[in-house]
Amino acid sequence: MKSKMKEKAIKLVFTSAASTAILIVALIFLFLGNEAAPFAKVPGLSELFGQKWMPVSFEKESFGLLPLITGSLLVTFLATIIAVPFGVCGAVYISEVASRFERELFKPFIELLAGIPSVVIGFFGLIVLTPIVKDVFGLYSGLTALTGALLLALMAIPTIITISEDAISNVPKSYKEASAALGASELQTVWKVTVPAALSGIIAAVMLGMGRVIGETMVVMMVTGNAAIVTGSPFESVRTMTATIAAEMGEVPFGSDHYRALFWVGIVLLIMTFMLNLVSHRVLKKYQDKQ
Amino acid sequence: MRSRSAQTMIYWLMRAFTYFVLIVIAYIIFDIIRNGMPVLSWEFLTESPRKSGAEGGILPAIVGTLLLVLGTMAAALPLGMASAIYLSEYAKRGRFTEMLRLAILTLAGVPSIVFGLFGLGLFVLFLNFGASIIAGSLTLACMVLPTIIVSSEEALQGVPQSLREGSLALGATKWETIRKNVLPYAIPGMMTGSILGIGRAAGETAPILLTVAAFYLPGLPDSIFDQVMALPYHLYVLATQHPSADLVRPMQYGTALVLMILVMTVNLAAVLIRSRMRKKYRW
Amino acid sequence: MVVTELKAIKVETKVRVRNTDFYYGSEQALYGINIDVPARQVTALIGPSGCGKSTFLRTLNRMNDIIDGTRLVGEVMIDGEDIYNENTDVVALRKKVGMVFQKSNPFPKSIFDNIAYGPRLHGITNKDELTAIVEKSLIRAALWDEVKDRLHKSALDLSGGQQQRMCIARALAVEPQVLLLDEPASALDPRSTARVEELITELRKDLTILIVTHNMQQAGRISDFTSFFYEGRQIEFGPTKRIFTNPGEKKTEDYITGRFG
Repeated sequence: MKSKMKEKAIKLVFTSAASTAILIVALIFLFLGNEAAPFAKVPGLSELFGQKWMPVSFEKESFGLLPLITGSLLVTFLATIIAVPFGVCGAVYISEVASRFERELFKPFIELLAGIPSVVIGFFGLIVLTPIVKDVFGLYSGLTALTGALLLALMAIPTIITISEDAISNVPKSYKEASAALGASELQTVWKVTVPAALSGIIAAVMLGMGRVIGETMVVMMVTGNAAIVTGSPFESVRTMTATIAAEMGEVPFGSDHYRALFWVGIVLLIMTFMLNLVSHRVLKKYQDKQ
Repeated sequence: MRSRSAQTMIYWLMRAFTYFVLIVIAYIIFDIIRNGMPVLSWEFLTESPRKSGAEGGILPAIVGTLLLVLGTMAAALPLGMASAIYLSEYAKRGRFTEMLRLAILTLAGVPSIVFGLFGLGLFVLFLNFGASIIAGSLTLACMVLPTIIVSSEEALQGVPQSLREGSLALGATKWETIRKNVLPYAIPGMMTGSILGIGRAAGETAPILLTVAAFYLPGLPDSIFDQVMALPYHLYVLATQHPSADLVRPMQYGTALVLMILVMTVNLAAVLIRSRMRKKYRW
Repeated sequence: MVVTELKAIKVETKVRVRNTDFYYGSEQALYGINIDVPARQVTALIGPSGCGKSTFLRTLNRMNDIIDGTRLVGEVMIDGEDIYNENTDVVALRKKVGMVFQKSNPFPKSIFDNIAYGPRLHGITNKDELTAIVEKSLIRAALWDEVKDRLHKSALDLSGGQQQRMCIARALAVEPQVLLLDEPASALDPRSTARVEELITELRKDLTILIVTHNMQQAGRISDFTSFFYEGRQIEFGPTKRIFTNPGEKKTEDYITGRFG
């Protein structure tokens, strides 16, 4: 009887430990919401839909999120376009083409890349990549959306390669053998059988990579120039949502409209990454169940 | 024959793409090492910065980062491992488990700067810890929690079910079974994944920006309620906020190198534990 | 009829199961099982794959409890006590009813620590006492001579047959009264199988043994009683000799003669 009580107590301990994850998520929404909420009354939510982000001004502040959202989306979009060919080719190459020696070499390298702190990548970008971008494209400044996107692509590549490679190597051997038996060349098998069979896994990998990119702060803050303008050009300077929070939160007066607006930026960001993450996991899960 | 050569060409193209990525990675590491090495000296590692980081060393930043890593481990390891034990050993299908999994998934996707905002709201302001080691560690702990849970659960799932059944069949209670015949084999794997997660936390800047990091604080902290400098933040400040950023370039590279070495050491430790364990247990 | 048959041979009943149904979630796996397992005899459970014989075996030490969403209706009595009673001490039950699994599951510890695992759980810490138990259990499992010089080596280094006998020794170390064997020899070579069978015959002197087996000859060789399961129901139960020579049911006959399986 005593041992039964003890077992119950132990289970309770583990259950409560596990519950903290739920608690933290709830607290995140609660605290972000709590700090952001007063903004909805004064100056009103419609402020957020403006075209301009000018939180400090002698005349009238404006808190339009549009330039920040487009800034984040532009950088993310560019980074994805750059990262996908490298990530997918890398994954296909490693799982289908590479020799054993190459595979043993690549894996730790990719892990190494995933381990480099983002601030170091940002630093490297600032010192080495920025002048290159400036010279190659003949720009006035190398601090552009493209510079950020290049670095972010590099950071997304390990995620894309690792998860895609998993998906590709999980394609049943029998598919490939059937294809080869029908006289398909190795390449045809890879592109017409293996990759399509792993496609949902690859898509999920790309989306998870995008989630990482859109939430990344230091790199974009260091190399995109941080100009809050609405633009579609890769050669302009942009300011992302993450960089805005990081750069401005330190100096903002506590409880001001600006302070609260930054929490709204956080909420928008949170919702966007949450959706990306959720959808990609649904895709992955469906895919894994099918296997 | 034509398709044969097309295949060769495309393989070479893929090879080129892959190697390009490798070369870039190698170049980044090479660049940091080449420019950082000359700065590394006993003085650099053991002295406080002078003239806002233009001279002297980075000791307070190293200490600060180490303290943050320790604090994060102390908070996140037990919590994460216990959560993983719950999920792997106790959880039954149902509402609560589903909610828990969704929460972990959500947590894994929260951008680091949002953790910073959250830490600012909860630990710094609401709980009134101020910008401090404890606020920063707890913020980082929340961030790495999902990584620890997921990798620990994987390690637990790797222990064959037959060992649990064998133990239970001998009259062990559930907890005895977990403690004596599951955890001993799973702990190395749990540690590996967890340490990898914490290594990432050591290099994070965004969450500590708002919760702990001090721009310039030549002394060492006295308590967990003190602010500290941290390597990633120090690098960021030197590189972008310093009035004469170009002149302190060597200091920047030195800081970057130390930070990278620190993170890589943590990761290496994790990988070593993993390979040692693989030798010890084979089912 | 069952009852008269048993009375004729004058054996006492160790395990008595009455009207027992078993469910995995909404799926029913056992239907109205009734059986009196005689004490200190070997009872074989036979039947095609998926017929419920393993499930039934695992109800006797409540091993199915660990599977999510399982449910048992009916009465399972051991020594006259309902083991599915609210107050049942599952730990004590499993100590009394030992189990050996289909695939040998040595713990990644030394042989000594494997055997001592159970006794330590039940509070024996004295080194000499443990050593004595380990030796006795290994002797009973006919493994002592083969391993006495390497008790502190990893159990994973034993051969498949030795591993399985070590698992039997490990079960014996907690002094069970009933021993459940779930196809213990299915993964073994013929020689190892023979040794395990010898062992079972030896052990029946003081233990009530239930063994699930796929192998008809094995059931014939080692068991005193046989129960034939089919699609979650017990079709027939009786002395092995009679079941094999003069089955009462057409299904049993078909199965035993190998017309399906």
